[in-house]
Amino acid sequence: MSFFFEVFIGGLLSGVMYALVALGFVLIYKASGVFNFAQGAMVFFAALTCVGLTEKFEMSLWLAIPLTMLVMVALGLAIERVVLRPLVNQPEITLFMATIGLTFFIEGLAQLLWGSQPHKLTLPIDDVPIEYFIEKFNILVSQFDVIAALICALLVTGLALLFSKTKIGRALRAVADDHQAALAVGIPLQQIWGIVWAVAGFVALVAGLLWGARNGVQFALTFVALKALPVLILGGFTSVPGAIVGGLIIGASEKLAEVYIGPLVGGGIEGWFPYVLALLFLLVRPEGLFGEKIIRRI
Amino acid sequence: MFYREAGQFKTSYQADNQIFPIRQDRIGIAIVLIAAFVAVPGLATDYAFSAIFIPFLIFSLAALGLNILTGYAGQLSLGSAAFMAVGAFASYNFVLRIPGIPVLLAFVLGGLSAAMVGIAFGLPSLRIRGFYLAAATLATQFFVVWCLTKIQWFTNYSSSGVITAQEMVILGIAINTPVKKYLLTLTVVCVMAMLAKNMVRSNVGRSWMAVRDMDVAAEVIGFRLMRTKLLAFAVSSFYCGIAGALYAYAYLGTVEPEAYNLDLSFRILFMIIIGGVGSILGSFLGSAFIILLPIVLNLIAHSLSLPTNVASNLELMVFGALIIFFLIVEPHGLARLWQITKEKLRLWPFPH
Repeated sequence: MSFFFEVFIGGLLSGVMYALVALGFVLIYKASGVFNFAQGAMVFFAALTCVGLTEKFEMSLWLAIPLTMLVMVALGLAIERVVLRPLVNQPEITLFMATIGLTFFIEGLAQLLWGSQPHKLTLPIDDVPIEYFIEKFNILVSQFDVIAALICALLVTGLALLFSKTKIGRALRAVADDHQAALAVGIPLQQIWGIVWAVAGFVALVAGLLWGARNGVQFALTFVALKALPVLILGGFTSVPGAIVGGLIIGASEKLAEVYIGPLVGGGIEGWFPYVLALLFLLVRPEGLFGEKIIRRI
Repeated sequence: MFYREAGQFKTSYQADNQIFPIRQDRIGIAIVLIAAFVAVPGLATDYAFSAIFIPFLIFSLAALGLNILTGYAGQLSLGSAAFMAVGAFASYNFVLRIPGIPVLLAFVLGGLSAAMVGIAFGLPSLRIRGFYLAAATLATQFFVVWCLTKIQWFTNYSSSGVITAQEMVILGIAINTPVKKYLLTLTVVCVMAMLAKNMVRSNVGRSWMAVRDMDVAAEVIGFRLMRTKLLAFAVSSFYCGIAGALYAYAYLGTVEPEAYNLDLSFRILFMIIIGGVGSILGSFLGSAFIILLPIVLNLIAHSLSLPTNVASNLELMVFGALIIFFLIVEPHGLARLWQITKEKLRLWPFPH
C-alpha cells in the first residue's frame, strides 16, 4: 500500500509541475483570448537563457535569474509588438496558429543563441527524500518536489489575487472577452497584452527552472507543453484552479496508469493516457472541470 | 489581355457547371498536366524525383486531406500524420496478409481503415470545438503512433519496428524506379484532387462550409451536424491515409511508426496555412513551398558555409517567422495571391 501512495504522491507532485506550465497557458488565454502554443517553447527559452548566462558569463544564479526575467519581459513585449498587434480582433484560430509559428521561432532562437547541447541546472534546493515522511509513513517524498509545489502555490495565489482584486485584472478579463469592445471602452490593449506576456514569461521562467533542475535543460523541455494540454482540457482553459486540479489529476492518474495498467499493454502509455483521459472527460463535460459554460447563439 | 473571359458564352447548364468555366483556365490546367505527365519524366533526374517531386505530390495529397477537414469543415486537427500512419500500416498489412491483392486496392483499403479511425476520433468533435478539439486530436497522434509501435502484429513482428514496403506491381508493371513511382503518385493525386474539387463544390462541400461558418446555425436550418462532421473526418482521413501509404510505398520504402510524428502533422498544417485554408490549389502551393523552402535555405546556408546546426536552427526560425508573416499579411495564403494575380490579369494592361 505504501508503494501505491508513493506513486500517487509522486504523481501529484509531478502534476504540480504540469500545472505550472498549464498556468502560463491559462494566464494568456484568460487575459487575451490567445491560446499560446508557444508556452512550452518559452519555458525552454527561459531555462536555456538562465543556464546560458551562468555558464557563458560565469555569473551566479541569483544574478542570472533577474537578467533572464528581463529577457523574458523583452521577449513578451516583442511578441506583443510584432505578432499580436497586427492580429488584433482576428479569429482565435488565427492567433493560435500564429503562436505555433512562434513556437518554431523561439525554439530556433533559443538554440541559435545558446547551442543545442543539453545543460545541467543546479538550484540551491536538494533533491533528497524528506526524512519525516520516511520515518512516519515509510514513503519517499522528495524535498525538491515539495518546495516546487510550495512555489507553485505561492504563484497561483498571487495570480489569483491579481486577476480578481486589481484593476489590471479586470482589464485583463475584459480584453479576453472581446478585443474590440475592450479597446472601445478605453482599455489600453497593447499595455495589457504586454503585461500578460511578461507575466507569462515569468511563469515560464519559474517552470523552466524547476523542470530544468529536475530533467536537465534540453530540447525535450518543449514537450512539457504537450503535457500541459490535457491538463488544460481537463481543467478548462479559463480557470486557474482548473489548471491546478487538472494538473494534479493528470499527474497522479498518469503515474498510476503507467505503473498499474502499463505492464498489461506494453508500457509507455504515459504519452497518450492523459489525452485519452481528458478526451473521455470532455465527452461528459465539454468545457472542462472549471471552464466557463460555452453559450452559443446564432 | 490574355486572361479575359469576354465572349465566352455558356449556353447550357452543363457548360455553366464546368470545373473550369474559363477557357484560359482549361488551357492552363492542360499545360500543367502535360508538363507533369510528359515533360517532367523526360527532363528531371532521379534525385529530383525522389527529393522534390514525389514528396511534393504526397504532401499535397495529405494537405488536401487536412484542408478538407480544417479549411472546408472548420475542424482544426493536429493529428493528420496519425491518419497517414494508419493508411500506410494498413496498406502494408493488407498486401502482406491477403496474397495476390492488387496494390491499389490495398491502398484504398488502407485509406478506408484510416477513414474508420478518423470517424472514431472525430466523434468528440460533436461535443467540443476549437482549441479543445485541436488539443484532443493530439490524442489521436500519440495513441496511434504508440499502438503501431507497441502492437507488433502491425509491423509483422519485425524486431526493429520498421516495415519495408513490398514491391508494387500494377497490371504486370513493377513500379520500382523513381520515374514510375512518380507517375503512379501523380496519377493518384490527380484523380483524388479532381474528386476533392468536385466534392467541395457539390452539396457535400456546401454542407461542410455551412458547418464551418457557424455550426449552430447550420444545424438549425437542417444540416445533420453529426453526419456532416463525421463525413468530413472520414473523407479527410481517407485522403491522409492514401497519402501515408504513398509516403511509405513511393517515397521512403522503409518506414517506422515514428516517421509519422507530431512534427509531420505540424508541417501539413503549415502547408495549408501558407498555401491557403479552404482552397484546393492552396494545398498544392503550400506543399511546394514547404518542400522547397528547406532545400533553398540549405543551399543558401551552404553557400554562406554556415555550420549545420546553425543552419537547422535558422531554418526553424525562418519557418516560424514565415507562418506569422503569412497570417498577418495574407491570411488566405498563396492561393489568394494567385487569385489576386488573376484579377489583375483580367484588367491588364489597363489598370481599371
